[in-house]
Amino acid sequence: MELILSVAIGVLTASGVYLLLRPRTYQVIIGLSLLSYAVNLFIFGMGRLRVNAPPVLEPGGVGDLSRYTDPVPQALVLTAIVIGFAMTALFLVVLLASRGFTGTDHVDGREQRHD
Amino acid sequence: MTDWTNHLLILPILLPLMVGAAMIPLDERNRMLKGVMGFVSTLALFVLSLVLMRMASSSEAMAAGNGVYQLGNWPAPFGIVLVLDRLSALMLCLTSGLALAAQAYSIARWHTAGHHFHSLFQLLIAGLNGSFLTGDLFNLFVFFEIMLAASYGLLLHGSGPLRVKAGLHYVAINLAASSLFLIGVSLIYGATGTLNMADLSVKLATLSAGDRQMVEVGAGVLGVAFLVKAGMWPLSFWLPTAYAAATPPVAAVFAILTKVGIYVILRLSLLVFGANAGVSAGFGQTVLLAGGLLTIAFGAIGVLASQAMGRLAAYSVLVSSGTLLAAIGLGHASMIAGALFYLVSSTLTISAFFLLIELVERGRDAGADVLAVTMEAYGDADEDEEEEEVGATIPGTMAILGLCFCLCALLLAGLPPLSGFVAKFAILGGLFGLSGAEAAPAISPADWTYVTLLIVSGLAAMIAMNRVGIRTFWASIENTVPRVVVIEITPVVVLLAACIFLSLQAGPIMHYMQATADSLMNPAGYAERVLGAPRAGGQ
Repeated sequence: MELILSVAIGVLTASGVYLLLRPRTYQVIIGLSLLSYAVNLFIFGMGRLRVNAPPVLEPGGVGDLSRYTDPVPQALVLTAIVIGFAMTALFLVVLLASRGFTGTDHVDGREQRHD
Repeated sequence: MTDWTNHLLILPILLPLMVGAAMIPLDERNRMLKGVMGFVSTLALFVLSLVLMRMASSSEAMAAGNGVYQLGNWPAPFGIVLVLDRLSALMLCLTSGLALAAQAYSIARWHTAGHHFHSLFQLLIAGLNGSFLTGDLFNLFVFFEIMLAASYGLLLHGSGPLRVKAGLHYVAINLAASSLFLIGVSLIYGATGTLNMADLSVKLATLSAGDRQMVEVGAGVLGVAFLVKAGMWPLSFWLPTAYAAATPPVAAVFAILTKVGIYVILRLSLLVFGANAGVSAGFGQTVLLAGGLLTIAFGAIGVLASQAMGRLAAYSVLVSSGTLLAAIGLGHASMIAGALFYLVSSTLTISAFFLLIELVERGRDAGADVLAVTMEAYGDADEDEEEEEVGATIPGTMAILGLCFCLCALLLAGLPPLSGFVAKFAILGGLFGLSGAEAAPAISPADWTYVTLLIVSGLAAMIAMNRVGIRTFWASIENTVPRVVVIEITPVVVLLAACIFLSLQAGPIMHYMQATADSLMNPAGYAERVLGAPRAGGQ
């Protein structure tokens, strides 16, 4: 399970960074989204991977704490998802404004000349 | 036992948040009402920050458990805490002072350039205040994002191709930096199981070697996110374009955004990697030193090479950041007080300069390349510029503008008798051990490089300001005199007067800075105060 998760985070990050460095705004925004997915999974992984362990106390007492998984990273992930999502939406608006002003989707607002 | 005054701690976050939210449903035509609401709110924050500063410097109140605000009455490290100390009170005061000036300035005309200016402005202040007050890393992230989200909106205020292009780069860079921030925070949590800064500083010494390395990796990744914000070379190429493209009141308040990065680095490096961190003590100082020195050099070259005044001011921001980063990186305890004084002085100066630039350039040749940004903000023909003037214009415009420009030049270059000189003198005095409090430390080659760069950067600022000043004030007789209204020049004058006040009252202010530096050098005291704070209602 650890291997699958780490490979997934690695692939997402690598694709995200590659796309982030591309010259089209749409590629940049997809790159940023992939990067934020990778980061969210990473935060989740930092709470250690457990299966069949709830993050909140079950009714009827505390019992054995080792039966529970760490709830803090899960709360952090929720916050990070919301913020990341809002920021991506905001970036989309700027992207469209830039496209409207310059008529191109190049990140510098003009096509590179090849001459 | 804490008293009711402790509840004042949450107000610097709540007040702007609520005022900003209350303004959103108001019609955009009621700009003046919004402006007045925002101004009153910021004024209240300024008064509040002075009260908090007083509270932070009274040791009885601090010893009684004031200054640590436990949200939901959960004790740290399990609950979220807001922590007030001298440094955060100082930053709150600086923020609200700058915001006050920028807001007054915007009322004259700039707030009409787009929608929701005043709401965004209040949200920016809420984010800034939150970042300065919070006592744990994840809340720092949240407040940081509030601040950044508002700053994206403000940078785009006024629209136009130049701003949108600069905004696009700014947003992309900061989103990538936020990802690094989260990776750093989660690495630190994974290794230590805590996000509370005070708890972190206590736990670091007890970690196993493997976990400690993971914290260091986390801190390094986290540091990169803040260094992007602070504008350390080579993470700073976005900064001059973005700051020069922003509208003047926005650029003026952006002068403190770089200082948020500096603040966090100063706080974390002294708190977590301070004297009691064991093997990890002084982690990252080499990077800060090298990066800081390179930033000063890059900024100074940029200052010399700038054609437009906006870029000159933006490169001055970099010089200021570099000076502070390198001062932290050198790691001499005696320099911190001077560095804090420099932080306040340089932020006020750069802010005043950003406001002044637009007033000066207003009268210049319409076709000039340097005016490109300002011109498109006014629109081509469909917007009548004269109509937007509010209030009386001032007499002797060029004389007053010229005087303000001279003061800015003296402050930026660090020449006597103003606070720019006092600040640099205090830093260098600390470096050479002039305070007499301790034996003079050995002066290393790195120290000499720092001294040289600090002085050369002052010279570069002087040359650049001279050149621009001569071109603007002595060679433009045929140009029309700009129309400047009282409400626009007053903020500039007030900010510069604050710098003069800093120079006149340098003694008492340096005492405050010294006390701040001493408390920063005592991370155990901070940790004890946060972790040992009594709960409200008492037990």
